[in-house]
Parts: sequence; structure tokens; C-alpha cells
Amino acid sequence: MPASPFSARRFLFTFSIAWLALIADHVILLYWLDFSLKTSITDSIISNLPLMGVCLLILNTIRFYLPGREQYGNILIMCIVLTGLWLLFIKWLLGLFLGYAEGYEIFLHQSLITRFSIGFLILGIVTMIGINWFTWQDYQKNEERKTDAEKLAKEAELFKLRQQLQPHFLFNSLNSINALIGSRPEEARKMVQQLSDFLRGTIKKEETQWVNLREEVQYLQLYLDIEKVRFGNRLSTSIEIGEGTEIMKLPALLLQPIVENAIKFGLYDTTGETIIRLRTETKNNVLIIMVSNPFDPETASPNKGTGFGLKSVQRRLYLLFARNDLLTIETKDNIFTTHVKIPQSKLNNPI
Amino acid sequence: MSKIIIVDDEPLARSMVKEYLQKHPHLQLVAECGDGFEGVKAIQQQQPDLIFLDIQMPKINGFEMLELIDQPPAVIFTTAFDEYAIKAFEAHAIDYLLKPFNQERFDKAVAKWSDQKSVHPAGASQELLHTASQSPSQNNRIVVKNGSKIKIIPVHDVYYLEAADDYVKIHTQEGYFLKNKTMNHFEEVLNGQQFVRSHRSYIVNVQQITRIDPYEKDNHIAILRSGGRVPVSRGGYGKLKSVLGL
Repeated sequence: MPASPFSARRFLFTFSIAWLALIADHVILLYWLDFSLKTSITDSIISNLPLMGVCLLILNTIRFYLPGREQYGNILIMCIVLTGLWLLFIKWLLGLFLGYAEGYEIFLHQSLITRFSIGFLILGIVTMIGINWFTWQDYQKNEERKTDAEKLAKEAELFKLRQQLQPHFLFNSLNSINALIGSRPEEARKMVQQLSDFLRGTIKKEETQWVNLREEVQYLQLYLDIEKVRFGNRLSTSIEIGEGTEIMKLPALLLQPIVENAIKFGLYDTTGETIIRLRTETKNNVLIIMVSNPFDPETASPNKGTGFGLKSVQRRLYLLFARNDLLTIETKDNIFTTHVKIPQSKLNNPI
Repeated sequence: MSKIIIVDDEPLARSMVKEYLQKHPHLQLVAECGDGFEGVKAIQQQQPDLIFLDIQMPKINGFEMLELIDQPPAVIFTTAFDEYAIKAFEAHAIDYLLKPFNQERFDKAVAKWSDQKSVHPAGASQELLHTASQSPSQNNRIVVKNGSKIKIIPVHDVYYLEAADDYVKIHTQEGYFLKNKTMNHFEEVLNGQQFVRSHRSYIVNVQQITRIDPYEKDNHIAILRSGGRVPVSRGGYGKLKSVLGL
């Protein structure tokens, strides 16, 4: 149920002032037409108070039952009927209270059409204001709901994007640990530690949280160390942090899917040794991160560049920056490189 | 004594299976392979009785590797997580080991294999491979054997497919390759928005078509960018029109 307009103090104030003005105007008019002050005041109050009642009745009706566009005709008819009823009522009441005054009966009869017009006009305006008010309230409520729903959907989407592709990594890591327990228990223990730290990082960090590059790279290092245990000497890494980029900000866990993608295509898809490189630099207050991996053009399948991991990163960047050009890919000399740009100025106002 | 081969890209995963195998002295490990290519070679040379096969491996996955072997041996699949593979196994009641697994579970799989090998010694069924090949990771490429070499063809490089007895001819820029599959299989597995069964014996890549000409009475013929000509039957013409949005 929408709030009544009377819950807004300003509206209540304006409504009262308007009604006082109407009553005063009515008094002045009759007084000017040479009726006594007492007659003028009585007439004004007897006419306008019931009209106010009818207006309140209409406002209250609209509050619970907001007419649609196609019912505006009915509203008009309702206004006319109510004005008519109101007129009959005050005619009877005015006759009862003021019938004794000289010339009043004739005046009352002559002024009926004017009274009807003014009453209808006021009732019409109040009805229109009421409809507008409640329609606006409805609209606001809907908007609010829509924003809430969008926010929820966005959060859920981000969560899902993060969760994908994890199980394969997780179960394979557990399998490696299982294998190490028998032969090299010390290494198994170390890997359990690394995996725990990695998972803790995944759970702890919220999607909307911003971290600096140093933290993100530390987290990546854990991931890479685990992969190194899994794949032995087939995987080596090189990380080059450009000057001044260490303290630059980026969305938490953004790089992991990119590195995962590089490993997937660099390591899972070649049979020899693979080196994954990560390099960062800054230009015009934009943090630029490049992740590269070798690939085998012979077996490169067509959708290589648009693997799920990269798509999810692109989507995240879009949700955060409303831009689609922050992630680009490049293939050159059998090296696949992903470039990510994080504008730093935007960060003062992250969505 | 039975001969065993392990195919898995992770050394630790292989050593795990090796360790569990020590409890089964009648199983003799003859080869360890780190990818599907090595796997194909080793299986053909050694003719093992049983292989332990990982699904996700570099270049070609476990299923694709099996497709390349004429008479595949019995297989116990090992996988960490693969929705499609697990679906395929369950649909065809094939035993598989989910990593990480323990000695007990391993022994059970081996026992099941020993019990069954006397009944039907065949390896992985064609149906299993068919179900597995509907996985999205697999339907964007076709793996074929070209002599002793293994060739991976990205589907967008395929011009058209042509039925040829028990085989399907896959026409590409480099000529054609043969694959021991049916046209129905490819029609089902390939993306229907890109590959259309234009004729009982032909599936055409619509991205390769430059024009479609009338040909004889009710028939048409599709002219490809490469200059190739693919017959289009009356029904096939309807399908092509709807895919091309005519």
C-alpha cells in the first residue's frame, strides 16, 4: 500500500493553506456582493467543508485502488456525480441555515451553476493530483525493487563467475596431495598449506573488494606454486612487477582466471615445457597487466581466445567499469598474450 | 599376467595409480603416458589389457584418444571433475574413479574389470564415446588419424562431410580425412547452426557456402568458397534456408 500524501508534511501544509485560501476567497467574494459577514462566512464554511470531505474521500479511494489509464473516463463521471451530490447537499444545508436572509434564496438559485463549476474544478484538480501522486509512488517502488533485483542478480552472477572452473583444480590438487602423502609427506604438508591459503583467499575476498597489485600477485603465486607441484618441471613462471604498479588497485581475484586460462592453453594444451609470464606497467594512471603463454598453433582450437575464463573477466570488468575494451588478447609468434587495463581514476567511485 | 598402461598428464596422478597397482602383482605396468599422443602409440605397441585413462589431457582428451584406437582395450577412467564425462559413464554403466580415490575404491574397480573381462572383453563402447563427444569442449574440433600422425581439425576449418561406406570423409583445405563414424553422429554432435545435413550423404559448413544453384529437377547444389560442390536434396534445401534465414 502506498503512503498517503498526507504523510508528507509539505503536502499536508500546502493542502491546508489551499483550503483556507479557498474558504477566505469565498467569504471575500460574498462580502463584496453585499452579504453580511456572518452570512458570507456561514456560506463559505457550509459549501467548502463538505467539498473537502469529498476530496478526501476520493484521495483515499485512489490510495487503495489506483485507476488505470483506460478508467479515466469513469473517474470523470465519478467527479461529476460527486459534485452533483455535493451541490444538492449544500443547497439543502444552505437553505436550512441561511434561508431566512433577504434575497439569499434567489442568489443561491442563481449561483448554483457557478458553484457546480468551481466544485467540479476543485474536485477534478485534487483527483488529478492524487492520481499523479500515487502513480509516482508506485513507480518509485517498482524502481526500487528493480534496482534491488539487479543488484542481487549482479552479486549472484559475480559469485557464479568466480566459482566456475574451480572444482577441476581443487580435485586434481587433492589428488596430487594424496599421491604425495605416501612418498613425500613433507611436500604433501606444504601443498595442503598452500591450497588452504589459496582457498581462504577465494572465500575471504569479496567480489567488489579492491586490492593492490602486490596482494593479488601474492595470491597468484600460491596458485602457481600448486600448479607447479601438479605439473612438475613442465611449468615455470616469470613475474615482472613494473615500477610504481605494486600499490595500484585492481578488483580482487581478477587475475587468477587469466592465469588459469594461460595455464590451461599453455600447459594443458601443449606437451612440452611451458613458461607463463606476467608483466605489469603503468601508463596515464592506468594499470596494465600482461599475461602470456606459448601455444601450439597446430592444435589451437578456434575458440581459444574466448575461453570461459576470459569471458568471465570481461564480464566482470564490464560490470565494474561499464567498458568492454579493458581486456584484449593478442597472438604473436605462437605466444598468446592477454592485456588487462585497470583505470585508476575510476577507483574513487567503484560501482 | 595382464598388461597395464596409465595415461594421465599429471606425474603425481600417475604415481598414485602406480602405488595402488603394487597390491596387484598380476597387473604389470608396461607404459606410462603423459598425453593422448603417447597413449595411442603405447597402446598400439603394447596391446595392453587394461588402461587407466584420465579425461582432461593436453591437446586431445581421453575420449578422443580412444576414438583413434582401432580396438580399444578395457578402460578404467580416472577424472577429477568433468560433468559430461560423468554423465557419459553413468549413461553406459562404465566404472570410473573420481580423483582423489583410495586403494579400496581402486581395488574394487580392478575387481569389477577382472569379473567382466571374461564375459565381454571389449573396451569402451561406441555409444559411450558418442555420448562423451557431445561435451562442449569436444564439439569444436575433430580428431583424426592420418597414417601414423594425429590431426586435430578445428570444426570451422571443415568444408563439408561426405558419407563413404563405414567412414565419413572430412573435407578441408588440406584434402580429406577419414573418420570411422556415422553421418548421424556428426549431425548430432556438430552445431546445427553451422553444419547442415544438406543431403543424406552430405553435411555442409554453411559458412563456406557462396551460393546455392538449382540442379536437375527438385535438387540444388551448394557452391563453396573453395570451389567444392555439395549436393542439396529437397529436404536439405529447406533446412539450409531456415538456417540461413531465407
